[in-house]
Amino acid sequence: MQESPESDAALVARCRAGQQEAWSELVERFSRYVYAIAVRGFRLSDADAEDVFQEVFARTYQHLDRLRDDTAIRPWLAQTTRRCCIDCVRAGGREEPSELELGEEDGEALVERLDDAMDVRAALDQLPEHCREILDGFFACDESYKTIGERLGLPAGTIASRISRCLGKLREALEGRNVPSTASGELR
Amino acid sequence: MTAYDEERLADLLRALPPAPSAWVRAAQELPLFQQGLGEILSRAEADAEFRSRLIADLETALEAEGYEADPALVEALRARLENPL
Repeated sequence: MQESPESDAALVARCRAGQQEAWSELVERFSRYVYAIAVRGFRLSDADAEDVFQEVFARTYQHLDRLRDDTAIRPWLAQTTRRCCIDCVRAGGREEPSELELGEEDGEALVERLDDAMDVRAALDQLPEHCREILDGFFACDESYKTIGERLGLPAGTIASRISRCLGKLREALEGRNVPSTASGELR
Repeated sequence: MTAYDEERLADLLRALPPAPSAWVRAAQELPLFQQGLGEILSRAEADAEFRSRLIADLETALEAEGYEADPALVEALRARLENPL
């Protein structure tokens, strides 16, 4: 097992103190979350999603000192990403924006699902490296058994059973810990 | 605590694909732009001689031009010079 990851609040505090490596870690930690809201929730084009992605992190960097609660970075990012996506959709004149079309309740459901997914990723980070590589490669990166096997130097025929074992470890990691609830992302 | 069966775990792992690495790197470099990264890269693109000096000895070239050779800035510059976005 890996060391317990730094909390979101501690990471935000280090960013605010001007530590470049903390900012890099924050971007790394939340990049998938912001990306998923833009491309899965709003189905933005690559170009629009990239603009939103950069805008969200630029605003975050600019407003870090205005967060009401350092533990609230995740909801702040979700809210900011959704706002940027809505602005982008409106600016582009698209008639049927995905999340807007789904309605507020479904937009909330999407973020709730991604919050669950982030909790799973935090637990994934606690697993041995080979499990992280296998599960992330197969499920998140859509890699084949062959690709994963070649990358990790393992026979492709063993990947399926390894996935199953690693999913078991992931479940144990999730069920053996309390996932912290998120606070509101309001600004001061 | 919510139950996590294999199907749900798989679904939640699939929900967060990686963002393109170039996007992540650009966002990570935001603070460095405040330290002059963008300006230095623009100069290196426009001025071949300056670019050559950066490639030959990055820290010395930066200091000679009055930039603070912060390690994070140097690392980002080196990465950009070796592998432009």
